[in-house]
Amino acid sequence: MNLLQRLFPHIDDWAEIGRASIDTLLMLGGSLALTLVIGLPLGVLLFLTGGDQLRPMPRLYAVTSLLVNILRSVPFIILMIVLMPLTYVLVGTKLGIRGAIPPLVTGAAPFFARLVETALREVQHGVIEASQAMGASVWQIVRHVLLPEARAGIVAGTTVTAIALVGYTAMGGAIGSGGLGDLAYRYGYLSYQSDYMVVTVVLLVVLVQLLQMIGDRIVTRMSRH
Amino acid sequence: MIRFVDVHKSYRAGGRDVPALKPFSLDIADGEVFGIIGLSGAGKSTLLRLINLLERPSGGRIEVDGVEMTTLTEPALRAQRRRIGMIFQHFNLLASQTVADNVAFPIRLAGERRADVIRRRVDELLARVGLAEHADKYPSQLSGGQKQRVGIARALANRPSILLCDEATSALDPQTTASVLSLLAGINRELKLTIVLITHEMDVVRRVCDRVAVLDAGTIVEHGSVADVFLHPRHATTKRFVNEALPEEEAGAHMAYAQVPGRLLRLSFRGDTTMTPALGRVARDTGVDFNILAGRIDRIKDLPYGQLTLAAQGEHVDAALAALRQAGIEIEELPR
Repeated sequence: MNLLQRLFPHIDDWAEIGRASIDTLLMLGGSLALTLVIGLPLGVLLFLTGGDQLRPMPRLYAVTSLLVNILRSVPFIILMIVLMPLTYVLVGTKLGIRGAIPPLVTGAAPFFARLVETALREVQHGVIEASQAMGASVWQIVRHVLLPEARAGIVAGTTVTAIALVGYTAMGGAIGSGGLGDLAYRYGYLSYQSDYMVVTVVLLVVLVQLLQMIGDRIVTRMSRH
Repeated sequence: MIRFVDVHKSYRAGGRDVPALKPFSLDIADGEVFGIIGLSGAGKSTLLRLINLLERPSGGRIEVDGVEMTTLTEPALRAQRRRIGMIFQHFNLLASQTVADNVAFPIRLAGERRADVIRRRVDELLARVGLAEHADKYPSQLSGGQKQRVGIARALANRPSILLCDEATSALDPQTTASVLSLLAGINRELKLTIVLITHEMDVVRRVCDRVAVLDAGTIVEHGSVADVFLHPRHATTKRFVNEALPEEEAGAHMAYAQVPGRLLRLSFRGDTTMTPALGRVARDTGVDFNILAGRIDRIKDLPYGQLTLAAQGEHVDAALAALRQAGIEIEELPR
């Protein structure tokens, strides 16, 4: 206890750091889950409608692609502010974990959709052609060929997206969404308590390392065959 | 029966239509092995894909077992495609699925849900292609020949009446090619399946095909029974393919026979005539001397054949030739 006090003189309530960590994990978990649910179909749509793929629809592709690009080009902190009215309508608050999730998903889903599109393009065209020759419908090809064949790429994309979301949640802290970013900003930056900064940064680094390790491990297991 | 009527196909590239296949009509009979041979870019891959409509024709009609393919609705086309198996040069197996699941895939696509029914059918198919003990492996653990066998098992899963082979042996070594070809020939014999294969190797055609079409720059320049086309090629492209399949010393080497006296002849024997001692008998009876310059005896699918290049000398050469023709031997006089 003495050692902790000497090393981190300003931190008198470690439980607060624990709560902030849990908040960050909740924001990450909630927004990642929604990002996958929205981003995966969006990525499939981009893949199917683009180029000379299974269902080429140049106009739909152009519109979807533009929307994705716009959302990806707005810096997250601005996106969060711009979306505030919409966030309020959707979840009834602009603050806290719930208030953070709509902008987090809006920022991350288009990003993840592009990664999914790229992963699907890596699937050999011959495999798709073989499935068509077997009489598979587009839905059957997506469900039984594209997604399973691209699963290693999709998991890798999920890892990258999860790590980007860790960064976004920390940014969200600056405008009232809580979590580790909030602690770092309020105590570490505004009150010059750099021990808070050190602890939160270390925790964030550990979190990112863990996510990368888990992701890599799953990808390795999947691509063994 | 596969019937093409006035079919043609062109692609749009750079704002204009580029013809890939010029208008043609062709019938492929039930139960035959039909080969399409051509150089790369000749249009053979497009022609093959017209049969299951992976490529849509720009015009004309395509009938498969009496069904006009081009007017089918999408669900009807999918149902029809299940009756047409297809194998590929690069196998196109699902890397994420085991051998058994790859073979089960078309069965599941066709709506079969009962695990025991699927399992039994898969076992039966894998046994047929000789891969029974590899059911739980992944494609990456197999050799090229084994992968193609999985492809064949998968193509046969829904008991198709037609099997399309897209350069199925081009990525395989000669020994593996031979074993895959004999597997295909066996399937054709036992299941009475129509096989359409495309290749750039005359040897593949010679070993398994009944009839062949030679494709050159989008046009079928020659077609007929393999024995006819192989023994008497007419078009320059066909001659090139046939010569590639022959031993070097024979291919276009009759320039070297300029010094040999007598009339230069090429004799072709087919089937039973290959085994009869006609040449010796005619030589004795007519007193004509035959000087054999080159020759070979081999098989076209199951048909034994022989071809001899020889010089004939003597008073009664014409009588000798008539007697040989009488014995069923085809004779061509070669230019000197």
